[in-house]
Amino acid sequence: MSNTQDTNHVEHTEVPGVKESGSFPPFDSSTYPSQLLWLVLSFAVFYWVMSKVVLPRIGGILEDRRDRIAGDMAEASRLKQETDEAIEAYESALSDARKKAGSMANEARAKVKAETESARAAAEEQLSAKLSDAEQSISRIKAESLSHVGEIAAETTGELVKALIGGRAPAKAEVAKAVDAALK
Amino acid sequence: MAGNSGNAIDPIHQFHISKIFPVEIGGVDFSFTNASLFMVVTVAVATLFLVLSTNRRGLVPSRAQLMAEMSYEFVAATLRGSAGNDGMRFFPLVFSLFMFVFVANMLGMFPYFFTVTSQIIVTFALAMLVIGTVTVYGFFKHGAGFLKLFVPSGVPAGVVPLVSAIEVISFLSRPVSLSVRLFANMLAGHITLKVFAGFVVMLTGLGAAGVASAILPLALTVAITALEFLVAFLQAYVFTVLTCMYLADALHPSH
Repeated sequence: MSNTQDTNHVEHTEVPGVKESGSFPPFDSSTYPSQLLWLVLSFAVFYWVMSKVVLPRIGGILEDRRDRIAGDMAEASRLKQETDEAIEAYESALSDARKKAGSMANEARAKVKAETESARAAAEEQLSAKLSDAEQSISRIKAESLSHVGEIAAETTGELVKALIGGRAPAKAEVAKAVDAALK
Repeated sequence: MAGNSGNAIDPIHQFHISKIFPVEIGGVDFSFTNASLFMVVTVAVATLFLVLSTNRRGLVPSRAQLMAEMSYEFVAATLRGSAGNDGMRFFPLVFSLFMFVFVANMLGMFPYFFTVTSQIIVTFALAMLVIGTVTVYGFFKHGAGFLKLFVPSGVPAGVVPLVSAIEVISFLSRPVSLSVRLFANMLAGHITLKVFAGFVVMLTGLGAAGVASAILPLALTVAITALEFLVAFLQAYVFTVLTCMYLADALHPSH
């Protein structure tokens, strides 16, 4: 009874497919030719597709990216260098311009100062010339007036003496002498 | 009924190979099986993803394109790191191996999907492809100089026979270790996952107490699923790294 059950059990556990050979499937050499054939076929196709299509394609993608990155980096460093140069040129131009502007301002200042000085000197000269002219004419007029004073005084004195004493007028020379003495 | 439930928790069932289109050439069975189907699906998924994601050749990549580029650069860095710049001639091979194993492992994580890399013949064939490439290219490029691989420089003459014997054995064991590592990891992971998931199903059939006690295997199943995703990537990576190291031997035999 137990024996039949046992054989039944064994039969059940090993039923489908194993009937041909009762061994452990991976060690069943009757399947080897088929497995080898299909492995060779599928792996050969796989190898062919990998080496002809997939790997060149991925390699190309990676290379393109590497080239692109290297190119972009080179371009970036070139642009940076250009920028640096431009900044340097700008700064030197700026400092030149600043220097130039400073010297121009100094020149202008000096020029204006000189002009002002000369104009002032000319004006002063003119003024002093006019002043001396005026002084000369004043002193001339004064001298003239003063010379006339004696004459007028002598004349007036002569007339006064004539009116006071009556008779005849005193001699002109005498009167002038007396007036001069009085003026001194 | 009993047979069905037996199959559902039979952890080996997932590795069964069933014919879809029977093909027989010269008395040898070359049938298109579920294993063949998933090899084709693996290739189709990987190819479509890589082709479609890079279709626009964006200077600024989309998410999918970024993933394709990352896988490219990841494998390229691994290969360049161990085999140097002249190792890049093997880049298509290494990349194809990595993507094939990785996608096959990942597809295997889907329930009801067949795991191509859980078949020793598949991993062994891939390992032989690597070792075959190393051997053929090594002799093609260096001629007999490739045999320097088995005579490390700086070893005293007395021990050279012993060291050379060890080197030869280690070289011959490479395809075995390379294939068994991948195969065993995928097989064991999937069996473990199925066993713990089977516990959940069995325990829930036992009523309330069973449902309560099924929480532990359920939690373990979730944890192992996460671990298996890690293993799926890690084994693809390990396979790739070892491939790169072996290719480095072919390029520079005198180490």
